[in-house]
Amino acid sequence: MPEPIAKVAGRALPLFADDVDTDQIIPAEFLKITQKKGLGRYLFYRWRQGDTEAPENFVLGRPEFEGSPILVGGRNFGIGSSRENAVWALLDYGVKCVMASSFGDIFYANAYKNGLVCVRLPDGTLSEVRREALAGALDMTVDLPRGVVVYGGRSVPFDMEEHVRERLTKGLDDISLTLSKHGEAIGKYEAAMPAFLKVRPAKVL
Amino acid sequence: MGATIFDKVWDRHLLSDSPDGQSLIYVDRHLVHEVTSPVAFEGLKAAGRKVRRPDLTFAVMDHNVPTGDRSDPNPDDLSVRQMGTLKANAVGSQIALLDIFNPLQGIVHVIGPELGFTIPGTTLVCGDSHTTTHGALGAVAFGIGTTEVEHVLATQSIWMAKPKQMAVRTRGALPRGVCSKDLALWVIRNIGTGGAFGHVMEYKGETVERMSVEERMTLANMAVEAGARSAIMSPDEKVYDYVRGKPFAPQGRDWEEAMEYWDTLPSDPSAAYDRSVEFDAGRLEPQVTWGTNPGMTVGVTEAIPGPEDFEDGGARAAVGRSLRYIGLAPHTRVKDIEVDVVFIGSCTNARFSDLVQAARVVAGSHMKVHPSVKAMVVPGSQSVRRRAEEAGLDKIFRDAGFDWRNSGCSMCIAMNEDRVPSGKRCASTSNRNFENRQGPGGRTHLVSPVMAAAAALHGRFVDARELDLADVGE
Ligand code: SF4
Repeated sequence: MPEPIAKVAGRALPLFADDVDTDQIIPAEFLKITQKKGLGRYLFYRWRQGDTEAPENFVLGRPEFEGSPILVGGRNFGIGSSRENAVWALLDYGVKCVMASSFGDIFYANAYKNGLVCVRLPDGTLSEVRREALAGALDMTVDLPRGVVVYGGRSVPFDMEEHVRERLTKGLDDISLTLSKHGEAIGKYEAAMPAFLKVRPAKVL
Repeated sequence: MGATIFDKVWDRHLLSDSPDGQSLIYVDRHLVHEVTSPVAFEGLKAAGRKVRRPDLTFAVMDHNVPTGDRSDPNPDDLSVRQMGTLKANAVGSQIALLDIFNPLQGIVHVIGPELGFTIPGTTLVCGDSHTTTHGALGAVAFGIGTTEVEHVLATQSIWMAKPKQMAVRTRGALPRGVCSKDLALWVIRNIGTGGAFGHVMEYKGETVERMSVEERMTLANMAVEAGARSAIMSPDEKVYDYVRGKPFAPQGRDWEEAMEYWDTLPSDPSAAYDRSVEFDAGRLEPQVTWGTNPGMTVGVTEAIPGPEDFEDGGARAAVGRSLRYIGLAPHTRVKDIEVDVVFIGSCTNARFSDLVQAARVVAGSHMKVHPSVKAMVVPGSQSVRRRAEEAGLDKIFRDAGFDWRNSGCSMCIAMNEDRVPSGKRCASTSNRNFENRQGPGGRTHLVSPVMAAAAALHGRFVDARELDLADVGE
């Protein structure tokens, strides 16, 4: 069950790339690992290893950005494969929040279910933040209840779905919520399920 | 106002609407594979929970499996452990499993429809983004992450905001030599890799109606590459014929009742969509990706772009980077691009009809695989493989110098030993041309099975519309 989160505060980690797909966040060869822990060392593995050209101004691994919890990207972050390992790798590395102007749908859902905060900001703001972060240490605070990002004396509002905010700030576990509040509705559907919708693979095989 | 097929299936499975815009949806079918499920089962166990409906769950090994000789021991310890974990979890929870030795094993999105596990009007999920494929049969199908897999295992339901709906209206018949893959790439090229974010794409209209069910699956499969949450198509007689008699499909009275329900599913003519786009397939030419996402696509008679063709600074930089990765000079003509590897496989294009299409090119050419090319065919399932062998397709491929392999995801994701070597160029029938997707440093050009087969023979891209095709298969 994820911990409740009200705020993420710390240094910005700029990433100058759009369309970052989950294959880049963590390559497929590390998907054979059957645990969540310890994946941080494989985050952006190829770019860090230098066996694929990293985006311009790639700062991951640079000592002055060590421990920066706020990854600031561009457009379409987390597209592609559904691998939740991408979220686990980010969290294990120490990233607690990702900022982008848009996110891949599955990545976005995976993120809030694991307590990784995704914040949507306009492209212009992101460019500005990344420039400043690259030029020198930029401290930011993401305030979830208030729905604002605060940095350098500015306060920028962001939109977040109410249910996402609630899950993040309360650290809710979906399964117990579903079973306690909706167990009856599930049972009712199952009781009314017509025979033609049922399937029994075990009987056929 | 009428309803879309998506509305109809959604409403039937809706358990609860919460005021925050999230809906709880019952899941009729859950497909599980070895890569995205171990952590979900572990979470379940840690919380002392059980799989609620093992009878509606179906597991298969596909992503990690070796495609060579299956009687050889798998040299990869981690893969062996991952498959062992799936097996233990399936046995422990009494879930039916197709392991690598099962004659029905195959890629999850191929075996679902092929065995009749996927049927119209159901909700289906799988911890895999290409679950959109199943929408071709009129199922509401979503790719989900591992936490959601755990939720479905425990509750047989899923929370999600109802996606918006985009109508993709198609006109015209695909020209000879042009495949549904080309249409899929053309759509992504036009709307972009984020063009359908938050939407379900409903493919409809003449082109789709003319297509076989397998061709429709290729279209639905690629919808996620446009960012779509899902894809769907209204079922018709072709879908009924496809499903009828499949092992898990309804039989007898159940079949009659199922058809009555399915007849009510097609989108009403007056149904409204949040967005609508239109494509004319009649003049489409074969498409080839040139960069590192599926939107970076040109026609076979065109030249690839250069950075200066883009106005936006960010796009220009991205194009420059993609070209460096892919190792091509700006404005190279597609027909001048030489390939080293050809991969005919994946859940996009490794069904029986895809292999028939490719084999028609090979048999029609009387040529062999180009001496500088390594080409392989990896059937989408062991059933596809057997059927292809019965039809003599394996012989056509083998005689021409293709490697004929066992089923799995293989070089689509390069988790097993099938990889594009660093710096080598692959014509691939799969769905993702991301950097390193087919192996570290490997370069991918996404194409149709016809284009891939032709590239294997000629060692370069040729226009599939100009090829001689032989009659092969059934
Ligand atoms: S064939 Fe490729 S895209 Fe399809 S399920 Fe396997 S890895 Fe995913």
